[in-house]
Amino acid sequence: MGRFKESVYKNFFFANALVVVVILAGIFLLLIRNSLPAFLEVNFLDFLTGKVWNPGGYSESSYGILSLLVSTLMVTAGAMLFAVPLGVLTAAYIAEVASPREREIIKPVIEILAGIPSVVVGFFGIVVLGPWIARIFNLSNGLNAVNGSILLGIMALPTIISLAEDAITAVPDDYRQASLALGANRWETLVKVVLPAALSGIIAAVMLGMGRAIGETMTVLMATGNAPAMPGSFLDSVRTMTATIAIELGEVPFNSTHFYILFAVGLVLFIMTFLVNLASDLILERYQEVE
Amino acid sequence: MSGRQKQFVGFSVLRLSALVVLLILVVILGDIVVKGAGVISWDFLTQAPTNGMTEGGIFPAVVGTFLVTLITAVIAVPLGIFAAIYLNEYAPKTKVTRLIRLSIRNLAGVPSVVFGLFGVALFVRLFGFGTSLIAAGATLGLLTLPVIITASEEALKTVPNSYREGALALGATKWQAIRTNVLPSALPGILTGVILGLARAAGETAPILFTGVAFYLPFLPDSIFSQFMALPYHLYILATQHHAIEQVRPLAYGTALVLITLVFSMNLFAIILRSYFRRKAVNSR
Repeated sequence: MGRFKESVYKNFFFANALVVVVILAGIFLLLIRNSLPAFLEVNFLDFLTGKVWNPGGYSESSYGILSLLVSTLMVTAGAMLFAVPLGVLTAAYIAEVASPREREIIKPVIEILAGIPSVVVGFFGIVVLGPWIARIFNLSNGLNAVNGSILLGIMALPTIISLAEDAITAVPDDYRQASLALGANRWETLVKVVLPAALSGIIAAVMLGMGRAIGETMTVLMATGNAPAMPGSFLDSVRTMTATIAIELGEVPFNSTHFYILFAVGLVLFIMTFLVNLASDLILERYQEVE
Repeated sequence: MSGRQKQFVGFSVLRLSALVVLLILVVILGDIVVKGAGVISWDFLTQAPTNGMTEGGIFPAVVGTFLVTLITAVIAVPLGIFAAIYLNEYAPKTKVTRLIRLSIRNLAGVPSVVFGLFGVALFVRLFGFGTSLIAAGATLGLLTLPVIITASEEALKTVPNSYREGALALGATKWQAIRTNVLPSALPGILTGVILGLARAAGETAPILFTGVAFYLPFLPDSIFSQFMALPYHLYILATQHHAIEQVRPLAYGTALVLITLVFSMNLFAIILRSYFRRKAVNSR
């Protein structure tokens, strides 16, 4: 009897854990199922390579995702350009230089930064960052790719910092001792021994931060101006894939081609972030095995 | 430059980076606190928006955010804790376990707007919930699940194995050992993770955008199938969609301040809880 009860408990907990797999698979399948009807009307290649996104077109609608995809990649790249150096250097500071007292200040700061809702970051982009950018570059408004990039960078920072810090802290102390014993100072040890040893973990951290930036919605929706055209420069208004879904899904009738095509955009996003996360996972797994 | 000077310059650059991160936080919070503080009043918190949302308060949005977070908790907390118990206490090292762990990490990386799409497809349409508190809460629940599982598992991991072995040696079954010895001492850690996860859910906008949140409602939701107002969406509306954006800017600042105060109090509570129990754990060892 007791044994039977025990196996009931075990199976009950197992079922709960399995729900996560079901959800992930469910998201994938429902995205596919709701995307497919769109391709009865839209050529799949035109969808991927078309530059014009004009779903409510007067005479003819066009559903080219390319300009949205480029916008997403552009703001993500811009975000990484400043978040990666800033994040990794800060992580190195926390892990290797900061006194315990400083650490107790900076770590909660990063947790608080991670906790700011994305809509608040977007609001900051509108009321503070936008006007600054407009003044610096002499533009009529500052809602553009630069603004979105900076905000996305800020949002990716906590992920990059905390995971890169973990990676740096995980480097065995023997490495440091050996380097110091050979006469290197702490800076040389950090740059030539510790950071290279932590590199795979740092790369994994950067990729996770990148995954977050690709999928971030509210900040880019609020701060990039949302012009659905192929961006020419970082000072152009851009519209990412996430923002497009957020803007249009509320307005389209269910079961229209436009409705289904938004699920297709979601599917592309899902696959992109899935691959980035998977890559980061594989890197981490490999580096944990080495240890 | 000598090695020593190089080290000084290098460490200064690192310190500067950390300061920049600190500065970013100060600028963001400073702006919102300074410009939002004047707007906060008892009336602002307890009155509904009036006059086309150009005056009045944010009461329905506060209530809506509270209710949807409650539903999120009801859905995600038991599921998350049970899953964590399986992973830490029962799971063998098999392919299935690896698949579960891989799914948790990938679910954590799914963009919030994709959760929104999923919520529309599953809860709003397939389950026929319509745009409602329950559809939005369930969507947020799924989004929060990985956070709660990961945090709960961490908490379970910190329970020393001797707790389990002690109970087993006295003849307890595995479940009895978990229930009487493991869960009670992991509870503070689990609670911390739950609160952090829910704080994140309370601040999310994209997943509720099409699953239940409303632009403006003259009355409070009366069932789980009602639409609702929510603080993050209200801020989005006031900041970008309102017909008189400049005029309602102070209200937007006030809403932003209330939202971050809510989220941070939850975070702060969780952090205090964690450090309190960590200290207690150290002392008792």
